[in-house]
Amino acid sequence: MNILVCVKQVPDTAEIKIDPVTNTLIRDGVPSIVNPFDGYALEAAARIRDENLKTQIVVMSMGPEQAGNALRECLAIAADKAYLISDRCFGGSDTLATSYILMNAIKKIEESEGKFDAVFCGKQAIDGDTAQVGPEIAEQLGYPQVTYALTAKEEEGGLEILCEAEDENHVVGVKTPCLVTFTKPDFEPRFPTVKRKMAAKKAEIAKLTAEDFKDIDLSRIGLKGSPTKVKKTFVPEQKKGGIRIEEESGEAAGRKLCEMLSAAHII
Amino acid sequence: MGEYNVITPEIIAELEKAAPGRVVTGGDINPDYARDEMPAYGVHMPEASIDVLSTEEIAGIVKICYENNIPVTTRGAGTGLVGGCTPICGGVVLCTMRMNKILGYDLENMAVTVQPGVLLQQLAEDAMEHGCMYPPDPGEKLATLGGNVATNAGGMRAVKYGCTRDYVRALTVVLPTGEITRFGATVSKTSSGYSMTNLICGSEGTLGIITEITLRLIPAPKAAVSLMVPFENLHACTAMVPKMFMSGFKPQALEFFEKEILVSSEKFLGKQTFPRQVEGTEAGAYLLITFDGDSEEELDVIVEKAAEVFLENEALDVLIADTPPKMKDIWAARSSFLEGIEEQTKMLDECDVVVPVNRIADYVDYIAGIKSNYDFQVQYFGHAGDGNLHIYTCSNDMDPEEFGKQADEFMSLLYSKAMELGGQISGEHGIGMGKVKYLEEAMGEVAIRLMKGIKDVFDPKNILNPGKVCDRL
Repeated sequence: MNILVCVKQVPDTAEIKIDPVTNTLIRDGVPSIVNPFDGYALEAAARIRDENLKTQIVVMSMGPEQAGNALRECLAIAADKAYLISDRCFGGSDTLATSYILMNAIKKIEESEGKFDAVFCGKQAIDGDTAQVGPEIAEQLGYPQVTYALTAKEEEGGLEILCEAEDENHVVGVKTPCLVTFTKPDFEPRFPTVKRKMAAKKAEIAKLTAEDFKDIDLSRIGLKGSPTKVKKTFVPEQKKGGIRIEEESGEAAGRKLCEMLSAAHII
Repeated sequence: MGEYNVITPEIIAELEKAAPGRVVTGGDINPDYARDEMPAYGVHMPEASIDVLSTEEIAGIVKICYENNIPVTTRGAGTGLVGGCTPICGGVVLCTMRMNKILGYDLENMAVTVQPGVLLQQLAEDAMEHGCMYPPDPGEKLATLGGNVATNAGGMRAVKYGCTRDYVRALTVVLPTGEITRFGATVSKTSSGYSMTNLICGSEGTLGIITEITLRLIPAPKAAVSLMVPFENLHACTAMVPKMFMSGFKPQALEFFEKEILVSSEKFLGKQTFPRQVEGTEAGAYLLITFDGDSEEELDVIVEKAAEVFLENEALDVLIADTPPKMKDIWAARSSFLEGIEEQTKMLDECDVVVPVNRIADYVDYIAGIKSNYDFQVQYFGHAGDGNLHIYTCSNDMDPEEFGKQADEFMSLLYSKAMELGGQISGEHGIGMGKVKYLEEAMGEVAIRLMKGIKDVFDPKNILNPGKVCDRL
């Protein structure tokens, strides 16, 4: 299997400050780590390779030069190759612009690494918390996507994913190529071996800039190409409860839902 | 025991004058004051307890007890494992937990002065904020520094930095007569007569009451990294230890343990961090190592070389924890061994022998050879870097009397073997009341006579923590 894992270097703190002028995150002076959810995505890929040694794991990160440290950490843990997507004109991109750049990057990397069967992402980054980039990459690539994955297993022609859901975990089958976003399972990513860590220190990290993407539309990237304007940030209220409708068929369940909504004078 | 007086209402009234509002008697006494963490050696309520607040107050209380011939047992957090703070002759228990202030740093002399009730964790964190490290690192971070000094506590970093004793510069001590004295000074060398600080350190509350402590600090290392090294079995794991030293490595910490104890600890924590298997081979034992230094580059070189040595000596793999959260995770598993055992065990006994590092492998082979003769489970781990082993006998279903009998026989064999291999009977927990008879056997008549003589000079009425260390009741 050929797996691409998207990782982001994030500040290691819950204290996120926003630049009041540009409305982007201020990252200076805060220690950086690999986004924990991306670490779980990498571990999921490593577990697939444990079962099938022919698996290749490529990691990719968009960010400044120092994001190379996050990639080296991934190489030490499990990745075979690493790509840094870095260009000043990518700065300030919102999730839509970012996913557009990453889609272009994936296509470019596939020229040298072969077509990826699966793209793994963390469900969200702990700094931005949008949980949008993974699903948006899937849309831009036209891939099926599975979110909130805990584990992934290689199956004939696809993946079997265990997903976290509100009530109980679900098993979902998905055909490759696909995109999967991972949440926190009940295990931690493996520790690097000293051998891998030393190799990672010396490893060459390929760097891709806007110039490498022939067809990229420059009006869709960077701060100017980003339609999102952050007015304020807040923790959304957790919705609880809900009703589960279980009927013999989908049609019957739909009818039941209609009856309930109309009884409540909602429709 | 008959030589002591009971505490009369008149004496209570006197004590009340010395420590107004804090003299507690009878059923109001905190039941924790009757024991430490190893109740197997006995539980005994004192007649009165006082949460003391100052050196002068302690002096006043002790003077009253001295004049009235009443035993005084001092305690901190009660995290000891040998019944050291159990008031077996009754009398008064003094708890120092409320004397918990860090009195001040003397950074020009790299020293800090603390009250005895300051917790190890409290000082370790505070010193870090001052750019310093207090190196002694016993597993029990909630122990008081007074208790650490009284037992010469060791811990994980002893292999590189030594034990508590190596960091005690000066002590304020209340003697059994109520006199207040200061031993030692904030100097880095001294050749000024008998070392009184060294006598008090490790005396387990039998010579004087420690009321103020000046400790040496070191500049905090700038970088640290930990290695997890799985081996197929314990023999290969422990045989590795002397080879490490001979190869010139100076680890800050070097611990060994078997898989079973790791599993119970990780179960207790609800988080698995250590690999159970390496490429199909089950790991039976692990070394856990921390290196510290001035830069990451310096550590990279050390780690790479160390990994080579491990892999040449039967290590299954060498894994690295190179970020603070990862280091915290793996050391949390090590630090919770005792809690893991305690949670799953009703009856427990423990020994804390220390042997030369090149005899650890022989010693663990010996334990493996005799443990099946007993009905309890035997779990052990240790500070491989300094040959200090913690061996636990654990049972949930044995008859308590039978457990005691078998444990006693097993412990006797363990102590004899440790002495035979050139070791000592306690590495860091002390003697308390649980190991008095073993100390007598191990030390021999002359050493015990000298110890008793020292005790007699300090405490002619034997009122301080009677029945402990060299005082067999």
